[in-house]
Amino acid sequence: MNNRVKTLTETALLISGVNPKKCMKCGKCSGTCPSYDKMEYHPHQFVSMVEKGQIEKLMNSASIYYCLSCMACVERCPRGVEPGKLVEAVRLMKIRQQDANHKNGNDIARIADENVPQQLLMAAMRKYRK
Amino acid sequence: MSVTNPNWKPKIVAFCCNWCSYAGADLAGSGRMSYPADVKIIRVPCSCRVNPMFILRAFERGADGVIICGCHPGDCHYTSGNYYARRRLTMLFSMLDYLGIERGRTRVEWVSAAEGAKFSKTMNEFVETITNLGENRKLGDIRCKKS
Amino acid sequence: MQKIGVFVCWCGSNIAGTVDVEAVAEALKSVPGVVYSVSYQYMCSAAGQKLITDAINEYKLDGIVVASCSPRMHENTFRKTAEAAGLNPYMVEIANIREQCSWIHKDKEEGTKKAIVLAKAAVAKLKNDKPLKAGTSQVTKRALVIGGGIAGIQTALDVADAGYEVDIVEQRPTIGGRMAQLDKTFPTLDCSACILTPKMVEASQNEKINIISYAKVEKVSGFVGSFKATIRKKARFVDETKCTGCSLCMQKCPSKKGKDEFNMNMNNRPAIYIPFAQAIPNVAVIDPEQCIKLKTGKCGLCEKVCAAGAINYKMEDELIEREYGAIVVATGFKPIDPSPLNEYGYAENADVVTSLELERLMNAAGPTKGTLLRPSDGKHPHEIVFIQCVGSRCDENTERGKPYCSKICCMYTAKHAMLIRDKYPDTNVHVFYIDVRTPGKNFDEFYRRAVEQYGVDYIKGMVGKVAKEGDKLMVRGSDLINNQQVEIAADLVVLATAIEPDPSARSIGTMLTASMDTNDFFTEAHAKLRPVESPTAGIFLSGVAQGPKDVPETVAQASAAASKVIGLLAKDHLVTNPCVAESNELMCNGCSQCEKVCPYGAITYIEKEVRGPGVREVRRIAQVNPAVCQGCGACTVACPSGAMDLKGFSNKQIMAEVDQICL
Repeated sequence: MNNRVKTLTETALLISGVNPKKCMKCGKCSGTCPSYDKMEYHPHQFVSMVEKGQIEKLMNSASIYYCLSCMACVERCPRGVEPGKLVEAVRLMKIRQQDANHKNGNDIARIADENVPQQLLMAAMRKYRK
Repeated sequence: MSVTNPNWKPKIVAFCCNWCSYAGADLAGSGRMSYPADVKIIRVPCSCRVNPMFILRAFERGADGVIICGCHPGDCHYTSGNYYARRRLTMLFSMLDYLGIERGRTRVEWVSAAEGAKFSKTMNEFVETITNLGENRKLGDIRCKKS
Repeated sequence: MQKIGVFVCWCGSNIAGTVDVEAVAEALKSVPGVVYSVSYQYMCSAAGQKLITDAINEYKLDGIVVASCSPRMHENTFRKTAEAAGLNPYMVEIANIREQCSWIHKDKEEGTKKAIVLAKAAVAKLKNDKPLKAGTSQVTKRALVIGGGIAGIQTALDVADAGYEVDIVEQRPTIGGRMAQLDKTFPTLDCSACILTPKMVEASQNEKINIISYAKVEKVSGFVGSFKATIRKKARFVDETKCTGCSLCMQKCPSKKGKDEFNMNMNNRPAIYIPFAQAIPNVAVIDPEQCIKLKTGKCGLCEKVCAAGAINYKMEDELIEREYGAIVVATGFKPIDPSPLNEYGYAENADVVTSLELERLMNAAGPTKGTLLRPSDGKHPHEIVFIQCVGSRCDENTERGKPYCSKICCMYTAKHAMLIRDKYPDTNVHVFYIDVRTPGKNFDEFYRRAVEQYGVDYIKGMVGKVAKEGDKLMVRGSDLINNQQVEIAADLVVLATAIEPDPSARSIGTMLTASMDTNDFFTEAHAKLRPVESPTAGIFLSGVAQGPKDVPETVAQASAAASKVIGLLAKDHLVTNPCVAESNELMCNGCSQCEKVCPYGAITYIEKEVRGPGVREVRRIAQVNPAVCQGCGACTVACPSGAMDLKGFSNKQIMAEVDQICL
């Protein structure tokens, strides 16, 4: 594993707080996933690919956008692996990489007036990078 | 408390009951679950055999922490020994606290014969606590102090 | 000055790998009192023991320290060695430098230092050791078996075969246990009842076996060789000696809405009932919660129809007190209830059943008389889905089930699938599995037969969702091999539920002070070498009470437990532990503190003339009965005057250890 892959894997694990080694490869996450057919990589593959350090493949796949974040896989997993959080993490890493998607700290203050819905503000905060 | 001596290593006495915790410690050993060598175990038949005198003596002779391990409540090999231990030691610890031996230096933990991992985890935690507390200077017998 | 020998064991590389054993032996030479110190590859080997014997004779040693593995392993070995060499066996101390030193430390310097301290502490303790003499105690030649399933029955039969009396205490109205509920058994597909009932009959006809059914052990006191148990025999309201088992009362009973526990509550039974046709004892029992006569005082139909006059509404619980030399725990298991898991729609759909429920649905004595019908509408299912590992192999920190593998599910699911395909070839059977675990004689062949000959569809993957759609159950799961999600419209879904210890096990474990693991399975004295004994002397383990097992394994373990029981009962006397409490009469003031904390009632008080320096008077003093005392030491701490001490673990000995460690 080269350094870049290693750091990517570490970032994904750090953001998600998931330990993919706990997975016993039962596939219950994929059995429960409502977006299964749309995905190129399925929830159980996410776990195993992160473990094997194939994060870049995941980041470049459309699968990360098909995840509904319904967290059914997190709810069902008998080993407490929480694949959904891993998908979220990889998605977040992708978003952070595309700088255009980030807000400047000053931008947030500009859009944050009383009429802005809370939800939008939260979304903006997510994209904010120091 | 600041640690003055950089080579200082804590001295920790662990009293383990023969039936549960000592066996738990053995299991930790056969499972190679490591904990610092600062912990030295004394085997007693039951946690209720631990006389408060032993603990006082340990602190007097320079121990930095004392931990007593017994069977889980209800699982004592001698039916009720760990209950006696719990009651006696609660009293003792509050007295020691009054004398300046911090609460963190004394601990009672229930470890069964099947809980090797818990034994090792407990010991790691305890050593860490004691290391943070530093050297125990209270209650030491000055006659035993080495210069 | 004492003459002490120190023997440091290498244990191959187990100790020598992280502890410089020669340095330890060298360091110990300078300890006052030590006249001989040596290290050797394997102290427990014949050559190692000879080394000890020779040293004892040559140096006239009066105590030895062996720095080796845990005293729980070889303390007895070295005591016997010492005894053979003419040394008192209690003048032996073990320094545990393997489990508690070499195996847990990686740094050799640190390990060596610690080993030296531990060995020195053992020497310090040894200096305060006194020769002890073990006493003896009687053995009551009768065994108690708790649980009357196949494990309990087999143990009882084997013990009775050796000529000893055995009592089986069973909590249900009949013996037979879980095996009686099974339809067929793998891997030979024998009918379970056909192989179990002859054993049940054999047990009931054996003169040495006394079956106490519908009863529970309420209290146990005493120790190995002489336990005293109180057994509560619940009121059956039917005289066991009179009832002929004609079942006329069952037909006439007007209160027929009771849940049939034997058939997993899938059909109803009358208030007076015999659990199943081959029940032993074949005697009716009245459910007091359901009986009209017992609840309202009106009815009494069964009494009228009973030709034998066996019905007695005034019957009360009976307490039986007996002494036993050994106790066998054969409490067995129950399948977990999957409803709290909130998965697979078990709680919502009648057609999602557990494997044991399916077992009853396929049995000729079951609610459907052996024809496989759906519980919801009584139709034949044509599409059946089995889900494996339900509630097994879950992470301990999630609340989705048990962390262990239940061991039997893979095989019984293969059995069910095979039987269904055999009997109803028009039915499709799908099995969702994580791993198929079939380690056992003819087990994997059996599983392969289900796939290859019977065409059972095994799908690698788990089910995520079971939802009702019309009269079908939509099962959605993943097929990891074909990398696709599959959806099956099933008629019946069978959950291979995990098994857990019987709920009564926990209280029995506490009563017997027999240790249990976090899952409530009984712990064995040694995981590999003493698998049928509890660490508590005189308590033996049989069957699933110790861990998940199938029938052949259970029977093997039951017989192993029986052989251990026989070995114990064959002795007339047991050597007692000499490490008991002792009161110093000169210091005792008869305050009675020690008596209050003694869990065994081993302490009594006598008026005795005490003679000592400057003392000569009749005083009330404590006296310990060494045959009853188990040596816990509770009294030694309670004693305000310090008169009470524990032999083998005396105040002086432990203080010496503390001093040495803190030095």
